[in-house]
Amino acid sequence: MSDFLRSYLTVAIFGGVAVALVGVLLGLGSFLRPSRPTATKTMAYESGVDPVGDMWSQSNIRYYVFALMFVLFDVEAVFIFPWAMRLETYGYFGLVEMAIFIFILVLGLAYAWRKGMLKWV
Amino acid sequence: MISSLSTVLSPVLAVEIPYWGQTSLRVLGGLVAILLPAGGLVYVYLFKMMSFMQSRLGPMEAGPYGSLQLLAEVGKFLQKEDIVPAKADRLVFLGAPFVVLISTFLLLLAVPFGPDAWFVDLDTGVYFAMAVSSVSVIGILMAGWGSSSKYSLLGGIRAAGQLVAYELPMILAVLGVVIQAGTLNMNEIVFAQANGEIFGFGGIGNPYILTQFVGFAVFLIAIQAELTQPPFDMPVAESELVAGYMTEYSGLRFLLFFIGEFATAGVFSAIAAVLFLGGWYVPFLEPEHNLYNVLGPLVLMAKIFGVAGLIFWFRFTYPRFREDQLQRLAWKFLIPIALVNIVITGVLKVVF
Repeated sequence: MSDFLRSYLTVAIFGGVAVALVGVLLGLGSFLRPSRPTATKTMAYESGVDPVGDMWSQSNIRYYVFALMFVLFDVEAVFIFPWAMRLETYGYFGLVEMAIFIFILVLGLAYAWRKGMLKWV
Repeated sequence: MISSLSTVLSPVLAVEIPYWGQTSLRVLGGLVAILLPAGGLVYVYLFKMMSFMQSRLGPMEAGPYGSLQLLAEVGKFLQKEDIVPAKADRLVFLGAPFVVLISTFLLLLAVPFGPDAWFVDLDTGVYFAMAVSSVSVIGILMAGWGSSSKYSLLGGIRAAGQLVAYELPMILAVLGVVIQAGTLNMNEIVFAQANGEIFGFGGIGNPYILTQFVGFAVFLIAIQAELTQPPFDMPVAESELVAGYMTEYSGLRFLLFFIGEFATAGVFSAIAAVLFLGGWYVPFLEPEHNLYNVLGPLVLMAKIFGVAGLIFWFRFTYPRFREDQLQRLAWKFLIPIALVNIVITGVLKVVF
């Protein structure tokens, strides 16, 4: 197996270790802890009074615009990483190219800002 | 003294171990590297420093100066009943702590502890760290949604909005370091800092905090928000949302979230230390020295506690941000500042 694949095998193993650690701790606890669920106990907590209505009620999610902008900037970051790494090789050419790229993105941010999307609605 | 120590240690350090042996050692080391800083941070900062800053003693009974308090807490939480709400989405509810912990463990993998003491030597280390750190958002959303409680749902949505917003400044702040080092490999970034020089003076190397102090400040603020700690603790604001997405979790599952937060604080501090403070390198000892495989973890641990000290100092000092102020800080201040920082770093890198 190549070193490249091996390092991702290690990554997978560590993910497994995390799951095992949590599982072992919870398993260990199940020998010690009592389990006597009652209807009152398994009710959702709402400051001590009986919960009103359905828990998954409709609520106004104010952040979907932020989520959209996040995707935009995350994609930008994907493009900037390889550029940042090889900047010394690209020199002035790379610098100007990326300046244009970042300028367009800042334009997008400024547009959203001007439209009041970054404000609490 | 240092040279004699390294002649004693070098035959031990030069032994070739097969892959499975190496991986077992790394898993052991990883468990230590997660649990030791997590426990240490809880005791030193949450139990003691916070108490002293609030003019009280903190835990004093369990062990000398209350140093075994955390073990007592774990023992207590092990015996607590594990309540799952009747209306909860069971699989999602029970799976959420696993996802959060997986994110923390994978984040640790990117941190190098010495020239040869690393978990995985990924050429895309920084990129990998940024990618896996955002997995925890999924765990928190799972906890918020699966609990079937209004507090949890609100907390989960707030947390998702906050983590998403502060991930961008974090990534953009790191880019300045990547531009300066010219590599994404975390260990090579440490070497670049150790061998670097500032204006021709190379005595202490070039820890990037000296040239990337704007990036360091933005990165610290961003990790503070990623940890949902005060002043960015809107998602878990106890005076209005009880405990946010953790409201319905009881006993050991709650403790896992709680310890997970401190473990993540430790790992994020480690990443900040590697990127900005020179990682396992100390000045006046050349970075190729074998001794670093023993000394490096200790040096890095000291730097972790230094960075974490800053984080927790902010945590205990500042009042909470309002939700709109929090989003405004991310989008209108940190992201533009980080972008300007990238451009300036790029220009300086090419011109000089």
